[in-house]
Amino acid sequence: MTSPDRNAILAQLNFARSVPRPVFDFCTDPSLLDDLPWLACYLSTGKHMAFYGSFITVLVLLAITAPIALAFGFGGAMAARSSFAPLRWFGKAYTAMVRGVPDIAFFLFVPIAMDQGLEWLRHKVKCPDWDLPVRQGNDFVVCDAAKLPLSSSPQWVHEGYGFALAVAAFAVVFGAFAANVLYGAMQAVPRGQVETGEAYGMTARQTFWRIVVPQMWVFALPGLSNLWLILVKATPLLFLLGVEDIVYWARELGGSKTSTFTYPHSDWRLYYFLALLVFYLLLTQISEKIFGRLSRRLSHGQATLGGEAQRKAAV
Amino acid sequence: MSCWQTVQDYGLRSLGIGERLLPKADFTLCQQFTLIGSGMLWNIYFGVLALGLGFFMATALALGKASPSPLIRKPSDWFIFLFRGSPLFIQFFLAYEAFVLLPRNGIDIPLGIVTLTAETRWLTKAWAGALIVLFLNTSAYAGEIFYGALQSVPKGELEAADAYGMTGWSKFRRITWPTMLRLAWPAYTNEAIFLFHATALVFFSGFPAWRQQGDALYYASYFADKTFNPFIPYPIFAGYFVLLTLSVIVVFGAINRRLNRHLATERRSRLRLRPQIIR
Repeated sequence: MTSPDRNAILAQLNFARSVPRPVFDFCTDPSLLDDLPWLACYLSTGKHMAFYGSFITVLVLLAITAPIALAFGFGGAMAARSSFAPLRWFGKAYTAMVRGVPDIAFFLFVPIAMDQGLEWLRHKVKCPDWDLPVRQGNDFVVCDAAKLPLSSSPQWVHEGYGFALAVAAFAVVFGAFAANVLYGAMQAVPRGQVETGEAYGMTARQTFWRIVVPQMWVFALPGLSNLWLILVKATPLLFLLGVEDIVYWARELGGSKTSTFTYPHSDWRLYYFLALLVFYLLLTQISEKIFGRLSRRLSHGQATLGGEAQRKAAV
Repeated sequence: MSCWQTVQDYGLRSLGIGERLLPKADFTLCQQFTLIGSGMLWNIYFGVLALGLGFFMATALALGKASPSPLIRKPSDWFIFLFRGSPLFIQFFLAYEAFVLLPRNGIDIPLGIVTLTAETRWLTKAWAGALIVLFLNTSAYAGEIFYGALQSVPKGELEAADAYGMTGWSKFRRITWPTMLRLAWPAYTNEAIFLFHATALVFFSGFPAWRQQGDALYYASYFADKTFNPFIPYPIFAGYFVLLTLSVIVVFGAINRRLNRHLATERRSRLRLRPQIIR
């Protein structure tokens, strides 16, 4: 089990061990520096480099999660349309899941549940002659060989495992969101199209893959682009999963530092969080621009206030 | 200890009434149900107040965004962009850090002869600080929904109002606003549901739980940490939230029927739950 606390401590130890070389030559004694060079040195410390690196972590998570969630969503939507009742119930339950329960509950639940589930399975396979119960009161005890990751494995395996659990949690939750969108899109494909396919003698499987799937994307596009924004805005929750993301570093670096530190400063967390805010605003601004263009095109020529305003502007 | 005794001890624990210490060992199912349910009071408090206050702010923002004057339109635009474009999680952190930086002993506001001291400490408490963030956040989201609905108000209805000689306030009050609400209602119901979901974030971001008085998820994760067994507290939490979501749907569905009561049955907009908005 990789608890957030242990991760944090391990990370700190890791950074204490490897004292990084300063980026600028004049950074040898920061206490003698003026404001501007001091700031330059301050912003190029090893910890700050890790902070900048964590932005990459967030982008990597987005890049990995988006396709996996889309695949989960596609599977969920297919299951919800299945003619086999138990599979259909499963699909419906999966798509309904995110409507009733806050996503943050899944982010807390899925990683620990998966971790325990995997350890339990490995325990059953690797230690068949273990006779003590796995749950002893308030403890979850598996044999050493079943631990995930193994206690002897290096630091990067621990971090990678934590990150993989986070990806899994994101994929499950956003898969459910995507399943909603894709299910709606599949239903939105005009009925006549499917009927025409059937009239040509196609099987249900053929109409699905040759008629429904190629046409559904145009209906799914608005929902999926919205989902992208949702995913972007959910990334700070990585912090709750014990991954050293931008929120972790912003809190870590922003907290007030006494004069025993090389770069003492008061509580600067506000400025760090402002920086994060700007980062997210930039990410969403780009998307907003694209949506605006799309919605303008869609409301063109409609007999509504929006369409009317466009008509008047054109005259 | 009987279950009823537990309910008496912990039923209002999230408000600081009842037993002071949380259970430490030998957790019973009854304790988990009671404490997590007790925490739901906070979720309901945040959700109801933020939605109730946010509704009016959202209407104002929608009108502001549709205003022809850039002096009104630009601030509304920026407000909506700021709160919709950034994660709620970050907003909570930012607000908390900002509130903490306010001077401890209040701000002195000189008013001629008397000096008014504005207390600021309560802003760092979740009941006020987080409520403000949630209020502003839902205003922005609902404002965007209302703005979209305002743009979709059928041209014919506005022309009919003009033909009847309605102008200004009476046209807005009797034609534009009800139609806007009617068109926005399905999306607004979604927003309400996801605002309730967002209340679960409060005690996981900047705002600390004072004397372990937290919301439902705070207690659920407390139990999950102590028992190292996520399979009991989180499903209980999920069950409570499903109930809450269903009640929101019932209430908003009733309002939706009222908003649509003048229309022929097949033209009525049905509530369709789509997870379109989330923070």
